[in-house]
Amino acid sequence: MIQKFNFTCMTGAFAMAVTTPALADTIDVAPGADAQERLQEALILAEPGDEIVLGEGYFTLTDGLSLDVDSVTVRGAGMDKTVLDFTKQIGAGEGLLVTSDFVTLRDFGMENPKGDGIKSKGADAIVYHRIRVEWTNGPSPENGAYAIYPVESTGVLVDGVKVSGASDAGIYVGQSKDITVRNSIAEANVAGIEIENSRNAVVEGNIATRNTGGILVFDLPNLPVMGGGNVVIRNNLVVGNDEPNFAPPGNIVGGVLKGTGVLVMANDGVWIENNILTDNSTSDVMVVTYPQPYDDDTYNPYARNVVIGQNVYARSGTDPQFDGREMLLAAFGGALPPVLWDGLAEGDTGLKATTGTHGWSLNLAAVGDGPDKAQPGPLVVPSDVVSYDEATIGAPEELSARING
Amino acid sequence: MKHGLFLAATMFAAACVTANAGSPPQVNDVVVTETRLPRALSDFGFFADAAKQVPVNGVTPYRLNTPLYSDGAMKLRFLYLPAGARAVSDGEGLLSLPVGSALIKTFAFGDGEDRRLIETRVLLHRADGWLALPYKWNDEQTDAKLAIAGARVDLTTPRGESISYRVPNKNQCKECHGLAGEVVPIGPKARNLSHDWQVSLVSAGLLDEVSGTERALPLWEDRMMATPDAAARAYLDVNCAHCHQPGATASNSGLDLRWEQTLPDAIGIGKRPVAAGRGSGGLMFDIVPGKPDESILVHRMKSNDPGVAMPELGKSTIDEDGVAVVARWIEGI
Repeated sequence: MIQKFNFTCMTGAFAMAVTTPALADTIDVAPGADAQERLQEALILAEPGDEIVLGEGYFTLTDGLSLDVDSVTVRGAGMDKTVLDFTKQIGAGEGLLVTSDFVTLRDFGMENPKGDGIKSKGADAIVYHRIRVEWTNGPSPENGAYAIYPVESTGVLVDGVKVSGASDAGIYVGQSKDITVRNSIAEANVAGIEIENSRNAVVEGNIATRNTGGILVFDLPNLPVMGGGNVVIRNNLVVGNDEPNFAPPGNIVGGVLKGTGVLVMANDGVWIENNILTDNSTSDVMVVTYPQPYDDDTYNPYARNVVIGQNVYARSGTDPQFDGREMLLAAFGGALPPVLWDGLAEGDTGLKATTGTHGWSLNLAAVGDGPDKAQPGPLVVPSDVVSYDEATIGAPEELSARING
Repeated sequence: MKHGLFLAATMFAAACVTANAGSPPQVNDVVVTETRLPRALSDFGFFADAAKQVPVNGVTPYRLNTPLYSDGAMKLRFLYLPAGARAVSDGEGLLSLPVGSALIKTFAFGDGEDRRLIETRVLLHRADGWLALPYKWNDEQTDAKLAIAGARVDLTTPRGESISYRVPNKNQCKECHGLAGEVVPIGPKARNLSHDWQVSLVSAGLLDEVSGTERALPLWEDRMMATPDAAARAYLDVNCAHCHQPGATASNSGLDLRWEQTLPDAIGIGKRPVAAGRGSGGLMFDIVPGKPDESILVHRMKSNDPGVAMPELGKSTIDEDGVAVVARWIEGI
């Protein structure tokens, strides 16, 4: 048997282990030899209140990192200056896993994780601030699924991040509530920003461009947390989402059509207003039921109480990725209207759109009908739009206060 | 003491005699229950002869009917109960072990004289819950040191594969051992423990009663004699369900691979992936009845690529025997 120990990893840990700091500490970690062990050790031995400060440069990492201590801040020197480099990763399903509450991640970048980028699971009151996660080879089905991936959490603030190359969603918030995603850039992912099986979310001030689809709001069946809704999409720039879909088949986003701006699929209460939506070649906005067969009595496949307010639309629907494309373009005079609805409503909870919204409907008869059953026609929906309750959406104020100080 | 009756190796019997001669060495209960992060495995005093893995009195070896695959490592498992304490059965589930107990698992590669101990993982039941810690053996094989950040060790598996073996870090211990926010043992469930071993513990006063043996998991070495369903579901329970169940690390996938789960959707039959990413391998469902090659579950078991490979932690090689058992089951669904 050939055997060689190639790391020793306890140097320095003893000294830290035997002293329990009475006050919050700052723990500096620099790039260089044994970065994996030194950084992971710092993440394990941190005490609540501590700040782990990552030095400038590239940290070469071979295994996933994880943080399981509450109230820790991990801070780098800037999203382009401190980089966690997972190009040589050989183990674990993500770059960094956070499983504790009140964590702040800020001012560092991450490149080429083999699976997901940063996953926070059951991690309440988490802040992602000025984080960059990027697959540097550009769009590829070989890239990880999610760049920023909070799931099963209450209180999520994603602010000022940049994500690029994710083969599923750049910013993916799943099975969570009280969420703000703002002032971030999602570029060249399959889905730029996705809010899935989540409630009380606001997505605002973001740029979603060159993705297959810009901003997605989904509710999927057979998951521990369902009943997504009360989601507001406002003041975003959703332009030129023209990347051919590069999701590995089998994933739900593999069905997102190139040139989708905002897509709402099954949900209860979604508002889309004051966005600039242009150059999305299939549709600026799509509102649809969940189309696939499912076996889950507790699941509601309809998009309910979706409200389209005032938005700026331009140059959309010029190259829709539908069968019968030529006929549709001819029928609509060269380009489809910016809003597409599948025409399926549960009772009177269907789509509403402010006066002057141009759209078209597939006029499907039943959930599960394919586009082959469509009887396209102009969008005719009520315009008596109701507003949302600002107090019920978004991350708690404490999370913003943490990064404003 | 009747413990260890089921063990074929006579080494243990001989060693117990030696260990019982004169003043017997004892486990250090203070280290088990109080020392914040014990630095060395020897601090606990679990072994009379650590290199030979001969336990002291009060530390009882055991095996599991169906074990977790770990790159083909030989595993030496031990249960420590403090003086006067006993384990309490809870149906077919985990034995309830009192505060002060410990579970010890050593991972070794090579046979006979060539056997090398690589790491020992300990689970300590303390007043505030279970604590999981990894210890890495030194080259001299005299002791193992706390490897809180984990480590990698180059070695060759029984199949002859040269791998970078991963010793998990303390947080990674919790990724598998975490359930509803607590750290819990995984292995010693009554249904996965030998009936004879339980009997020996009961007669030694270390366990209240034998349980869980009506629907026990099959012995792994006898898997071809078990029904395809039992062999595969046992394998999935032991290798996957610590994460894939409600309240555990992969709960958000909606996949529940526990032995007791019977809903077809929950165990993956006709279930679409949720967050698999490229792990889907272009396939549509976790399990397609009759078609293991079209089942994502098998695809991920057959991968070594981080981001695709399942389990995510604790294996660097493909478990061909495990794949065969699961494929055989899916073919017959």
